[in-house]
Amino acid sequence: MSRTADNLPFLRIEGVTRRFGAFTAVDDVSLDIDRGEFFALLGGSGSGKSTLLRILAGLTEPDSGRVVLDGQDMTGVPPHARPVNMMFQSYALFPHMSVAQNIGYGLRMEGAPRAAIRDRVAEMLALVRMEGFGERRPAALSGGQRARVALARALAKRPKLLLLDEPLSALDKNLREATQFELQAIQERTGTTFVIVTHDQEEAMTLATRLAVMDHGRLVQVGTPGEVYEFPNSRFVADFLGTANIFDGVVEAGGPEAARIRSAELGMAFVSAAPAPGPAGMPVFVALRPERLHIERAAPDATTDENRLVGRVRDIAYYGDFFMFHVELPGGRTIRVSQPNLRRITARPVDWDDRVAVTWDADAVMVLPE
Amino acid sequence: MGRLLVPLGLGFAFLYLPILLMVVVSFNDSRMVTSLTGFSTRWYASLWSNAPLMEALFLSLRIAAVAATMATILGVLAGFALARFGRFRGRGGFAGMMAAPLVMPEVITGLSLLLLFVALEAAFGFPAGRGAGTVAIAHATFGAAYVAVVVQSRLSDMDLSLEEAAMDLGARPWRVFATITLPLIAPAVAAGWLLAFTLSLDDLVVASFVSGPGASTLPMVVFSAVRLGLTPELYALATVLIGAVGGALVLAFVVLRRRDRGASLP
Amino acid sequence: MTAATRRALVLALPVAWMLLFFAAPFAIVLAIAFAESVEGIPPFALALNPANFALLLEDPFYAEAVLRSLRVAAVSATLCLLIGYPMALAIARAPERWREPLLLAVILPFWASFLLRITAWIGLLQDDGWINGALIGLGLLSEPLKLLYTDLAMYVGITYCYLPFMVLPLYATLVKQDPALLEAAEDLGARPWRAFLTVTLPLSLPGVVAGFLLVFIPAVGEFVIPELLGGPGAQLIGRVLWTEFFQNRDWPLAAALAVVLLLAVVLPIALFQNRAAKP
Repeated sequence: MSRTADNLPFLRIEGVTRRFGAFTAVDDVSLDIDRGEFFALLGGSGSGKSTLLRILAGLTEPDSGRVVLDGQDMTGVPPHARPVNMMFQSYALFPHMSVAQNIGYGLRMEGAPRAAIRDRVAEMLALVRMEGFGERRPAALSGGQRARVALARALAKRPKLLLLDEPLSALDKNLREATQFELQAIQERTGTTFVIVTHDQEEAMTLATRLAVMDHGRLVQVGTPGEVYEFPNSRFVADFLGTANIFDGVVEAGGPEAARIRSAELGMAFVSAAPAPGPAGMPVFVALRPERLHIERAAPDATTDENRLVGRVRDIAYYGDFFMFHVELPGGRTIRVSQPNLRRITARPVDWDDRVAVTWDADAVMVLPE
Repeated sequence: MGRLLVPLGLGFAFLYLPILLMVVVSFNDSRMVTSLTGFSTRWYASLWSNAPLMEALFLSLRIAAVAATMATILGVLAGFALARFGRFRGRGGFAGMMAAPLVMPEVITGLSLLLLFVALEAAFGFPAGRGAGTVAIAHATFGAAYVAVVVQSRLSDMDLSLEEAAMDLGARPWRVFATITLPLIAPAVAAGWLLAFTLSLDDLVVASFVSGPGASTLPMVVFSAVRLGLTPELYALATVLIGAVGGALVLAFVVLRRRDRGASLP
Repeated sequence: MTAATRRALVLALPVAWMLLFFAAPFAIVLAIAFAESVEGIPPFALALNPANFALLLEDPFYAEAVLRSLRVAAVSATLCLLIGYPMALAIARAPERWREPLLLAVILPFWASFLLRITAWIGLLQDDGWINGALIGLGLLSEPLKLLYTDLAMYVGITYCYLPFMVLPLYATLVKQDPALLEAAEDLGARPWRAFLTVTLPLSLPGVVAGFLLVFIPAVGEFVIPELLGGPGAQLIGRVLWTEFFQNRDWPLAAALAVVLLLAVVLPIALFQNRAAKP
C-alpha cells in the first residue's frame, strides 16, 4: 500500500455531501482509496454513486466535505484543471472529430507539441487494439470500439485517477464480459487508479479489487468483493449482492465461536460459525445463499431441526447452468436452493412435489443486525 | 400511406402552382401576366435596368446581411444562456422577452420600434433620422428571436456529456465552446442566420414603419409597384429570388445529407 | 474568471438589446396610447387620456374590425389544419429517406419572397386571370367570376402563406408517435379509420394546438394579404392600425389599437398555456 508523503491515502473523500433541492444525493460519504486500486461504487439508480463520481471529476461541487487527491485538495478546482479523467456512460465521443482527434483532444488542450500528441495517440490506439482506426469518425464504429476509444481518450493524458461511469452498460452480454477482461488488463498494465460506477453487481465483483455498496447516498459497506459477498453487514447488502433467503430471528445464545439464532416462524434454530452480533434476545436477520444449501429427498421420519428445514418442492426453475428449487416450508415461507447442473436433466434426484430436506453448514449462516 | 398521397399531392400543387406560374410568365413575351405569347428573356433585361428596383434589392441584401449577422450573435448568446445556464434569476422574463417577437404581430413591432426611435431621437438626437440603420436594428431584434429558438433547441438535443468530456479533458470554458459546442451547433447557427436573412429580406410591414426617406427596401418598392399594376418584371424578380433561395437551401440540404452519410460509412 | 462573471458576460448583450429594442418600445406604445393627438411633429402630446380606448369601444367600426380579424384568423387556421393535417400525416408515414426532402419541399416556398408569392395569386385570381381563363376555356363559365378582392381570395392567400407553420408542428408530433400504437389498436380490432380517430388524432392534439396558434396569431394582425387580395370591406385590425397611422396620422389611436391587438393575441396564448399547465 503506497501512501503519500504526509501519510494521506492516495484519494481521500472526506464527509462529502451533495443535495439537489430537498433530495440528498450524497450523504456524508467518507472513503479512502489507495494508488493502483480498481475500486467499484455499486448501487441502484438514485443511490448517489454517479453524483459521487461527478464530484470526483469536478463536474459537480459538493455542498460540504472535500476531496484530496495525491495530497492536493481538489475543492474549487475546475474539471479542466484536475488530473482526473472520465470515461462517460454515453462515451461522449466528439462526433465531429476523428478517433485520433478525439484521443488527442486532452493533449491538445494542454498545448502538447504535435509530434508528442501523434506518438501518444498511436500508443493509446495500440493499447486498446484499435490501430488503423485513427481516421474513422465515431459514428462509423461499433459499440465495443466506441468504448475502447473512450477509454483511450480518457487515459491519453495519464490521469492520476480514471473514473468510469457505467462504462459497459451499452454493450451486450458477451461483448461486455470480453471488454471487462480487457479493462482489467489495461488497468494492470497502466497502473492507473480506476474508480468505476456500476449497478451491475457481477461487473463490480469481477472487476474491482475493492467495492463500496451505496444506498440513499450513503456508503453501506466497503470491502473486497469476497468480504462483502460472504460477510454482508446488513440485510440490504445481502439482498443486493447475489441472492439470499432472509428470515427473522432472535439471538438465543452467543459465544466467540458460534451463535444460536431461534426462528419462531420456522420453529427451529440456526447455528452460525460466526459470533452473534449482540446479546441474547436481540432481533436479527438470518441470510442463507441458495448455492450454499444442500437438498435431498427427505427420509419419511425426517423433521425440521437445527440447520435443517423440511418442505415440499413447489417449483424448479431451469437456468441451464443450474437449477433453482423453490421449497415451501410448513409455515408457508419459501426457501430457494440452487444446484449446479452437473448431469443431464433426465435423472433429476429431486422432483416436483417431493418432500425434501434442506441442510447447510454452520459457516453458511450469515447473521445480520436488524 | 396510400390514400394519403392524394391530399399530399394536392397540398403540394397548392404550394407550387403559383410559383410555377410566376416562373413561366416571367419568360413570356407579353406585357400581360395573363396570356402566353412566346418565349422571351426581355423581362429579365428590363428588371436589370430598373434602377429603383435594383437599388432596393441591393439595399435589402445589405440590410439583411447586417441584420442576420447581428441577430445570430444575439441569438447564439441568448440560446446558449437559455439552454445551459439552468435556472438563473430573471430567466423567465428573459426567455419571454426573447420569444415574444415570434408571436408579435408585425404592425405592433413596427409601430413600437418607430415610436422608440422617435423618442430616442427627441431625447438624445440619436438615431438622427431613420433609414437602413433603423431597419437593420428592427430586423436584428426579431431575427434574434428565431436564431435563439433554433440554437436553444439544438443545444437541448445535444448530449451534455460532450461538453463535460471536453472540460474533463482539460478544456477551459471558452475552449469547450469553441472546439465542441460551436462546431456541433454550426448547422443550427447557419440555419438561424439564413432564417434571419430571409425574414429581413421579406419584411414589408416593420420596414415601412421604421424606415425613412431615401431608404426604400425591396418589399416596399415591390408593394407600391404591385398596387400600380402587375408586370412580368415582378415575376422575373420572384423567379430570381426563388431560384437563389431554393438553390441555396437544396444545396445546403444535399451537403448536410452527404456529410451525415459519409460519417456513418467506414 | 468565475462562472458568474462568464454568465453575466454572455447575457449582457442580448439582455441589453432586448430591453432597449423590445421592452422599452412597449412602454412607449402604452404611454402614447394614452396621449392626445395633436398637429405637429411628433403628432401627439403625452397625457393620461383614456379617450382613445373609449373611441375604440364606442365606434362599432373598431370592434367589428377586431371581431372580423379574430374570425378571419380562426377560419384561416382551420383551413390550414384541414389541408395541413393529411400532408403532415403523409410525410410522417412516408419511408424515412423521403421525409426530410418532403418536409423541405413544404418549407421551401416559405423562404422565397412572401410578397411576390402573393402577387402570383393576383395573376391567378384577377378577372382575366388564369383561373377564370381556364374555367371559361373549359366552357364551365361564360362570364368571369369575381375572385380577386374578395374574402375568398384573402382566405386563399393567408392559407397559402401560413400552411408551412401548420405542417411543421403537426409533423413533429406525428413522426414521434410509436407505430406500434397504431398496430396495437388494429390488433385490438379497430379499423384504420377508428384507429386514427382514437389513437393518432388524440395523441397529435398538442401539435394541432401549436400549429393552430402559429397560424392564428400572425393572421390576427395580418396587413399585407388583406390589403392586396381582400376586398375594401375587409377592414382587419392590422389594416386599420396601418391606416390610422400612415393616412390619418393619429399615432395615439394607432398605439391604442396596438394594445388591443396585443391583448387579442396574448389571450389565446395565455389560455393555451394555462390549459397545457394542467395535467
